[in-house]
Amino acid sequence: MPWTKIYGSRTEFDKALKDKPGLRGITYKEAIREATAQLLSTDKSVFVIGEGVDDSGGVFGTTKGLQEEFGKERVMDSPLAENGITGVCVGAAAAGMKPILVHMRTDFLPISLDQILNHAAKWHYMFGGSVNIPLVIRSIIGRGWGSAAQHSQSLQAMFMNIPGLRVIMPATPFDAKGLLIAALRDGNPVIMIEHRWLYDHVGHVPEEMYEVPLGKAVVRKAGKDATIVAVSHMVHEAVQAAEALQDEGIDCEVIDLRTLKPMDSATVIESVRKTGRLVVADTGWKECAVGAEVMAKVAEAGVALRSPLVRVNLPEAPTPASPALEKAYYPGKNDIIEAVRKTAGHGKRQAEHINNSPVL
Amino acid sequence: MKDILLKYGLNTLTKKVLNDLYWSMLRIRMFEEKIVELYPEQEMKCPVHLCIGQEAIAAGVCLHLNKSDYVFSNHRGHGHCLAKGAAMKPLMAEFYGKETGCSKGKGGSMHIIDIEHGILGTSAIVGGGIPMGVGAALASSMKGEESVTAIFFGDGAFDEGAFYESFNFASLKKLPVVFVCENNFYATNSHQSARQSGCRISDSAASFDSRGHCVDGNDPLAVYKAAQDAVALARKGGGPSLIEAKTYRWKGHVGPEEDWTKGCRPKEELDYWKEQCPIKKFTALLLEKGAMTTEEMEQAKSAINGELAEAVAFAKASPYPKEAALLEDVYYEAKK
Repeated sequence: MPWTKIYGSRTEFDKALKDKPGLRGITYKEAIREATAQLLSTDKSVFVIGEGVDDSGGVFGTTKGLQEEFGKERVMDSPLAENGITGVCVGAAAAGMKPILVHMRTDFLPISLDQILNHAAKWHYMFGGSVNIPLVIRSIIGRGWGSAAQHSQSLQAMFMNIPGLRVIMPATPFDAKGLLIAALRDGNPVIMIEHRWLYDHVGHVPEEMYEVPLGKAVVRKAGKDATIVAVSHMVHEAVQAAEALQDEGIDCEVIDLRTLKPMDSATVIESVRKTGRLVVADTGWKECAVGAEVMAKVAEAGVALRSPLVRVNLPEAPTPASPALEKAYYPGKNDIIEAVRKTAGHGKRQAEHINNSPVL
Repeated sequence: MKDILLKYGLNTLTKKVLNDLYWSMLRIRMFEEKIVELYPEQEMKCPVHLCIGQEAIAAGVCLHLNKSDYVFSNHRGHGHCLAKGAAMKPLMAEFYGKETGCSKGKGGSMHIIDIEHGILGTSAIVGGGIPMGVGAALASSMKGEESVTAIFFGDGAFDEGAFYESFNFASLKKLPVVFVCENNFYATNSHQSARQSGCRISDSAASFDSRGHCVDGNDPLAVYKAAQDAVALARKGGGPSLIEAKTYRWKGHVGPEEDWTKGCRPKEELDYWKEQCPIKKFTALLLEKGAMTTEEMEQAKSAINGELAEAVAFAKASPYPKEAALLEDVYYEAKK
């Protein structure tokens, strides 16, 4: 399907475009902007607020021109008061609005944890279901050019631990648009974490409004030898890794979780039942995080495994600034390839015998 | 009565307003005293933060609010909700952890909701309800409604960053908000002077290009006048105001006991403030001015006692939530 396909580059997409005229391609950032504009124009209760949403860059293009189109009252700049403004959004949502709150960096979310965890996540339950908080909090993971420790964090795991929240991490333009629309219509507080390196990715995005359901993973590539579960930017690394591994004779299945909470464990479990091997590639740290959770769900389901599980994560350190250290810091497709080789039985030669190896 | 108008700078003051103030304060006091009476039975299994001694503030502010106006409150919130019009039954049932409670037994005494009366949920994180209140005001302003939002918080919340962030935003957007700081001098057992360099809470409004009033929080008419100005200003688009109402909480931070016995606060301080009892002083004024008779006051007490008896009976007789409710309402699900 064109909307599940990952295009590595503009060239690749343009080529697909030639084969399939009528396939509309836009970037990830344009997809977010389009979803936001459509939400604003179809629902009067929607508004956008965030530091710099009205500046000329428009949060890397995702809110560009929206203020001109929808006015200062519905697309508003925010004081540098992350917790306060999050609370304003929670209160506005309780009073019938549907705010989209935008943070330039995921690192700014911790400043607003009181309102996210103690208020937004609790309001529906704590009052017996009589009020709900339709709110999307967008934030962006930075990477590279010395972003360093406070402008590059992947904090999704923190939010996965909180009942009442939903967490989404779209990896493609199609999902960015569809998940954002679904998230705002969901009626619950949703943490949407984007990755800056995805912003210029091009993919098929229909012009009309559509929803990508929350809580549904997607198989990006089918395979039988090993399952790679990935999120966000790591989905692209995983797809490239799977292509490289194909040449070695290892046929990988790549699953893009898309929603981390609630997690589509059924899709993962079904895949691992088939392959018996699992690698999880996340943009964040290792402990108590996405990989740990995926693996726990597989273990709890009693899936028979052929080899130990492997996680691909950031090293246990804050992000360094120097390009030399940055290079060493971020895992990529090679780390995923290594991880799959490890699970597949220590290298290419053994891989040939994969299907005959005994189940653990 | 002329002297009262002159003293408070009021243009008019009807007998009804005086009666309503009395009724509202008394209803709060008797509700809280009923909790004190019943709490030792240990059937009300949740922490209670009582506002005995502080009733004049809730009464004086809420008398200016319409049913559709919003109130945001805090852990010490029984009085605000009652003054805004909340019925006693769902509150009492909530405190007893029953499924008929306003929050179906999920919230307890710190988490009251009454959407019909503009109470969208009370937060028990100090300062936590302040930005939410500003958000509700933003919503009503965006929707073109004429609602005003009153946000009640204590002097402890003045320590919190959430207050400054929220006040700034409310002022920046000229939102219809009345910030009401009930300054009872203590955050749990920590005195204001140990926490704040200036101890001039109402002055902070100036930094936000807004109006601050410091009033005697035990004088319902002083609060009534300050709130009248603040609500009128908010309603006509003049933006937020801050009312600092100085008062004193008679009971400990939490629970039905006085806390001087534990050495938390000096007894003579409590004794002084008990002399300043808002209901006692207001009762004397009403009788002196002939605004109410003792008979009318007795009738009020009796009516409130009736409401209380019904509420307690309802709460006690109501069933606990079923175990299946444990996982209900974690997430909102759109009605199909």
